[in-house]
Amino acid sequence: MPRSMLRDWLLLGPGLTWLALFLVVPCGIVFVHAFFERGIYGGIDYIFTLENFGRAIDPLYLSIFLNSAKIAGLATVIALLLGYPAAYAIARAPAHRQTAYLVLVMLPFWSNYLIRTYAWIVLLNREGLINKALTSLDLVGEPLSLLYNEFAIVTGLVYNYLPFVVLAIYASISRLNPEVLEASEDLGATSLRTFLRVTLPLTLPGVAAGAVFVFVLSIGNFITPDLLGGGRLQMVGNIIYDQFLTARDWPFGATLSFILIGIMMALLFTQALLVRRAQGEGGPAHV
Amino acid sequence: MSRSVTPTGLWLAAHLRLVYLFLYLPIAVLMALSFNRAGLPTVWSGFSVEWYGALLENKAILNAATNTLIVALVSTLLATLLGALLAIGVEYRRRGPALEAILFAPMIIPDIVLAIALLSFFTLLEFTLGLHSIILSHVVFNIAFVCAVVRTRLRQFDWAVFEASVDLGASEATTFRRVILPMIFPGVLAGALLAFTLSVDEFIIAFFTAGAGQSSTTLPMQIYSMIRFGVTPEINAMATVVMLVSFTLVLAAQRINRGAVTG
Repeated sequence: MPRSMLRDWLLLGPGLTWLALFLVVPCGIVFVHAFFERGIYGGIDYIFTLENFGRAIDPLYLSIFLNSAKIAGLATVIALLLGYPAAYAIARAPAHRQTAYLVLVMLPFWSNYLIRTYAWIVLLNREGLINKALTSLDLVGEPLSLLYNEFAIVTGLVYNYLPFVVLAIYASISRLNPEVLEASEDLGATSLRTFLRVTLPLTLPGVAAGAVFVFVLSIGNFITPDLLGGGRLQMVGNIIYDQFLTARDWPFGATLSFILIGIMMALLFTQALLVRRAQGEGGPAHV
Repeated sequence: MSRSVTPTGLWLAAHLRLVYLFLYLPIAVLMALSFNRAGLPTVWSGFSVEWYGALLENKAILNAATNTLIVALVSTLLATLLGALLAIGVEYRRRGPALEAILFAPMIIPDIVLAIALLSFFTLLEFTLGLHSIILSHVVFNIAFVCAVVRTRLRQFDWAVFEASVDLGASEATTFRRVILPMIFPGVLAGALLAFTLSVDEFIIAFFTAGAGQSSTTLPMQIYSMIRFGVTPEINAMATVVMLVSFTLVLAAQRINRGAVTG
């Protein structure tokens, strides 16, 4: 049907062409650059090499990857622990208020990331509100060093990505069939047991979606470690930045990006598997 | 629900309040300090709006704000057109894992990776960098967001209406103009507002694709250098203005198309 093909092309063509040109091709270039040598003056010499990958797993860079994963993992766990009960509370609220509660959670998420991060510099510095409160209550003798360390980075990441975690988990909880929960309690399970054996497993897709999102955006983050880590604690995102703007070793920066994308795709794939499995098992619970 | 009077319910409600406190306290403190006379980020020394006045006299900030408006307006217009068409195409006909992946990728890819990818691409083509390259780059993630909002809207759409229109003799073009377009318009408008907000706030991709020189500095780039290389008193005032603009746009998007902000 040439007519409908023409229509499809008119609808899909422009957008897909744009994404192919400015997303797929640039990412392809990064993948290819990862296998070339760095030029003497900072450019790229088109000589095939696997040396960049060897360098990426040398202890110096490997430890940065592991440290980034640790920070991202910590942020993910804390965001889930804070986000799950918050999502649960919203899902239990009267139906007509739930949207307003969710919008209130998401509003900061849609605003300027730099400013949201900067707000924590204001709060956490030695003379900031938190230290002022702690010292005036005599809880600490002298101001704590809350800024420019891993604590600050994790706090910033949790702060910035918590809204999305709440949203993803809420979506899962609100799709639960209340009859399944009632059945569990009618059969004599305690609330805790119902939660652990029924609610939590059935809302795992939301938890997985939230977790993957926080982890992926945290491990590749640049702004938060840069501003709240004070540039001393480096994460993968900062190293990539340095390779492109300071060290001018583009092929190595490309290799690090390549690995980051690999980690991201592996996580998304795992998440998709989890969701598929949960959908297969939880059949009746998903209306 | 009646269950909320249980101890668990009370505990959950208290937790939710603390989460809101966690989310809004930093922003509230920042906004309060923007009215601080001393301009110091901590010690309160009286109410003043002088830093808002200083903003209006700061040439670098005004220039950056103008650049940001240009980038956001043009990239939003392009992305809204392409994203809305894409959404109709995807929902109406073609769906597949590859298509879903390419529409999802711009939302989840770390922005530093997209930034260096675009820089590598433009450099390879020996493309001169400037506001236009920021615009080309911002359209990438904006397409994905507009498309997502419009698709959500389209899923509430009963395609039988579309078929009825065609059965009654309207051409596809007429059906598109008279049936589909009015139906998805709130979604398109909400998507455009969100895209505009994202573009106004985006830093890293703009930073990498702006090229050297001050002429194509955007507002987030200006904010970054103010935070990174010496906090000046105007920053709290500027942050307050930028946050309020974002909040207004996002709330407007939500009002026009319920669910735009919360997926």
